[in-house]
Amino acid sequence: MEYLGLLNYALFMAIFIGIYALLALGLNIQWGFAGLFNAGIAGFFAVGAYTSAILTTEHADGRIGGFDMPFFVGWIGAMIAAALVAWPIGKICLRFRSDYLAIASIGIAEIIRLVVKSEAVLTNGARGISGIPRPAAEFPSMAQETAYLASQAAYLAIVVVVLVAAYLLVERQFNAPWGRMMRAIRDNEGAAKAMGKDVEFRRLQAFIFGSALMGLGGALFAHFNRSITPEAIDPMVATFLVWIMLILGGSGNNRGAILGAAVVWIIWSMSEIATDRLPTEYAIQAKYIRLFLIGLMLQLVLRFRPEGLLPEPLRGDRRAPKSGADHT
Amino acid sequence: MDFLELINFYVIPGIVLGSIYALGAVGITLVFAILRYAHLAHGDLATLGAFIALAVVTGLGVSPLVALPIAIIATAAVAVGIDKVFYEHLRERPKIVTVMASLGIALMIRAVVQVVWGVDTETYSRGIVRPENYFGLRIRDREILTVIAMIALVGGLQLFLTRSKWGKAMRAMSDNPNLALLSGIDNKKVVMLTWVIVGGLCAASGVFLGLNTELKSMMGWQMLLPMFAAAILGGVGRIEGAVLGGLVVGIAEELSVLVIPSEYKAAMAFAILLFMLLVRPTGLLKGKVL
Repeated sequence: MEYLGLLNYALFMAIFIGIYALLALGLNIQWGFAGLFNAGIAGFFAVGAYTSAILTTEHADGRIGGFDMPFFVGWIGAMIAAALVAWPIGKICLRFRSDYLAIASIGIAEIIRLVVKSEAVLTNGARGISGIPRPAAEFPSMAQETAYLASQAAYLAIVVVVLVAAYLLVERQFNAPWGRMMRAIRDNEGAAKAMGKDVEFRRLQAFIFGSALMGLGGALFAHFNRSITPEAIDPMVATFLVWIMLILGGSGNNRGAILGAAVVWIIWSMSEIATDRLPTEYAIQAKYIRLFLIGLMLQLVLRFRPEGLLPEPLRGDRRAPKSGADHT
Repeated sequence: MDFLELINFYVIPGIVLGSIYALGAVGITLVFAILRYAHLAHGDLATLGAFIALAVVTGLGVSPLVALPIAIIATAAVAVGIDKVFYEHLRERPKIVTVMASLGIALMIRAVVQVVWGVDTETYSRGIVRPENYFGLRIRDREILTVIAMIALVGGLQLFLTRSKWGKAMRAMSDNPNLALLSGIDNKKVVMLTWVIVGGLCAASGVFLGLNTELKSMMGWQMLLPMFAAAILGGVGRIEGAVLGGLVVGIAEELSVLVIPSEYKAAMAFAILLFMLLVRPTGLLKGKVL
């Protein structure tokens, strides 16, 4: 049935938007609050995805685990693992300007990619891990088509619950003294230091919390797909998409991060549908043209609307508003 | 394994790879010191240079060495153009915004290469080159060429920086931008000159990587981490440091195969980078820390 297919597609899109919104929220903690440049988002995503996969799948020969734990244990494990990877990197690089973190995070993403590809004991190598349990996937009493629809809808509900919880927690932190302090460190490190703030430690906190959210996003992705392979995510494309989501949506604004995820993901997948209709000899080139355009989009946003669609809400901002009624 | 074997199979390829890294690392160190940001599109600019040379080689049927100057000039022009169109208007904003823009530029350059030349592996010339034997040392001509070209290019750059008026202006900008501006140095010209040099060096490192291995659309991106490790290892802002760092990283990568699985060769540069940031962020030859 036509409309069933459309509904399925809409659910599929919504789940992906939810997962990407989590990643964008994580990046917002790092970049929007604290001004930290993380170019290794895909790395933390992969750590989360594989950790949760190892914890929750059934026991398998030839690799560690399959510990057969419930899915929420896997998701918490994913967050902890991503945080543990972030900790040493942050510890070493956050003493310096964010350029060094940018380079090191590219490096850590590359190392994680190598580990995923070559450590078959951990990740089952190129074949990846399959049979990852998906919560609320079985509806035996329904017909096949509607059961599939119901399982998609149920998973979307779970993603939305996780996203709303993450949003509320991050938003609370944003308005709390902690958020104000982070913005102070971001905007004027010297002054914050003079006020007695432990700049390095606070940056490390922001980096670790953000990375943990990215790990959780990875876990949600793995459980949705029921499997995870090294090819599941293109590291540069995934990282870059999250960046453009946050910048377009409005860095420093949590609602902006979620809105940006929705807008960019819809543009991205719609353009994929458009290019899939091209003859095959152009289809491959069209993929790279899309990448070029997404890079160009970042340049245009940085130039013409650096504050994004929803600018950062600043209390008591007396600077002249640049773009009309955006500031209240 | 005897000593000659160690030299032939690990140290010589390491020096060649290191020379290629050095060419890129010098550019990175210049951007880091004069413009004061990490330029993440550096590797992909090298890829572009290598593929421009490929177009010249296949189009005109000349050797890669003849194509090299053309690629250097073309890539330098592209680098200046990118700066004018995309980076210039970000100069007043925090530097990290330019770092982000350069990540986008990296993606865009790679996309252009992939659209124009495809994603297949290419080479400048087909066939296997057998190494010549020099008293037991087995060296290919192109390897000698790479090292000589690196020394010539970096030596020329060093002369330019220490002897010429504009070279001194660049060093002044690197040492103290406010003082340099106050004494009447034209910032725009210095920035443009920097990009000409950086673009040219990028092209050279890309062409020599293509000459010694093969051309892939990801070749430059994979060089980015070793090049940054080399620049930081040598000390940011130090030309001779970048060369030293490049050679150390190149040789360390080749030698690492002896102790760790070869899949993790690329991790060596990362380990060096983190180690230097941990113990001596100014680098071997005292450089800047941003």
